[in-house]
Amino acid sequence: MKKEKTNEQANKSSAELRQELVDHFREKRELLRQQWVQHMTAKGLLAGLTREDIETESITIYDTCIVCLETGEYDGARTYAMRMAERGVLRGMSTEQIIGGLLTLRDVYGRSLFERYQHDMERLSSALDIYEPVANKILSIVALAFVAEREKIVRQQQEAIRELSTPVLQVRDQMLILPIIGVIDTHRARQLTEQLLRTIRTSRAKVVVIDITGVPGVDSKVANHLVQTVDASQLMGATVIVTGISPEIAQTLVTLGVDLTKMNTVGDLQGGIEEADHLLGYRVVREEPGNGFIHNKKV
Amino acid sequence: MSVPILKQGDYLIASVQSELSDADLLKLRDDLVSRVGEFRSRGVIVDVTILDVMDSFATRTLRSMAHMIMLRGAKTVIVGIQPEVAFSMVQLGLKLESVATALDLEEGLALLDSQTKGDTRRG
Repeated sequence: MKKEKTNEQANKSSAELRQELVDHFREKRELLRQQWVQHMTAKGLLAGLTREDIETESITIYDTCIVCLETGEYDGARTYAMRMAERGVLRGMSTEQIIGGLLTLRDVYGRSLFERYQHDMERLSSALDIYEPVANKILSIVALAFVAEREKIVRQQQEAIRELSTPVLQVRDQMLILPIIGVIDTHRARQLTEQLLRTIRTSRAKVVVIDITGVPGVDSKVANHLVQTVDASQLMGATVIVTGISPEIAQTLVTLGVDLTKMNTVGDLQGGIEEADHLLGYRVVREEPGNGFIHNKKV
Repeated sequence: MSVPILKQGDYLIASVQSELSDADLLKLRDDLVSRVGEFRSRGVIVDVTILDVMDSFATRTLRSMAHMIMLRGAKTVIVGIQPEVAFSMVQLGLKLESVATALDLEEGLALLDSQTKGDTRRG
């Protein structure tokens, strides 16, 4: 019974103290905010921001932090942090600037508490008990928002690279070219094959030239992917010609013992296209010797 | 459900209309192998456009069917394998090996035409 009462009392006094802190920060708002901005400027954390930006942002951040302290709700801080992360990343503000700024604010708040309670160590310690968790929480929210934003951008770029990296091009009726550039991993090989098969269906291709000049290295896995692509295309009724196998890759393939006997291979892309022309029954004839210039005909 | 087999000139066309059970597949194989002799066909086309799955049994049956038909003196072309089916087949290591494949019925007919051009059985 007695213990409960003390607990209640403690709760009550902690709520009071919390309100006291909030009032204190509200009261000293202008002073502390100016101090904060000064500290940040001194540390060079505000580079690239206009005077107006600094004013509005610092007011918002200051007030948001106090609301968090007052209510114990962090939704406002979270929304604001996410917005800031989005804009900050766009504007190229460094994470150091943002996190440094918040650490400075934490410092300013802390100092003002020390100043206020310097003669009452017990009260100071209770005030810090209330203030510290809130400050830490806000910092972690902001840091997480920034990490999340960066991750989102990385994901988008990865997606874009994947999209860009697998063009399937039609050069003639029934002939496709698939130039592969860069490292092939399982995921990419799969995507590549799927896209190739879809294009074979839509463009009714009968010959596909896969050029691997731009593939830096081949291991047994990659070779296996290639064989799979060739097999799958054959099931769709298309013949595959592989070109651009460098001496190193040829050596690796032979050393690995990959069975490529079923594959049509031709030295370079030009030879591959000529071979494909031959398979499709095309014959490329030069009408007259050109003079090496391409005329832009004016109509 | 059994598969209808159509006679089109010198060729037989078996167009799969629904997913096939193992029994249906065996029946298709037996029907085609006997019809080839009956109609003195030179080529057989099996259209599998409708199939979403080709398992090892289907692949093996089609492969053995093609070999049987070859022994009966005709060529077999499997047409209409969908991209997803082709991809899963190679991933599972299922192979049609020496059996000819083509994109669709039209390509299959063209392939048979070109392969049986020199055939002088009918003059």
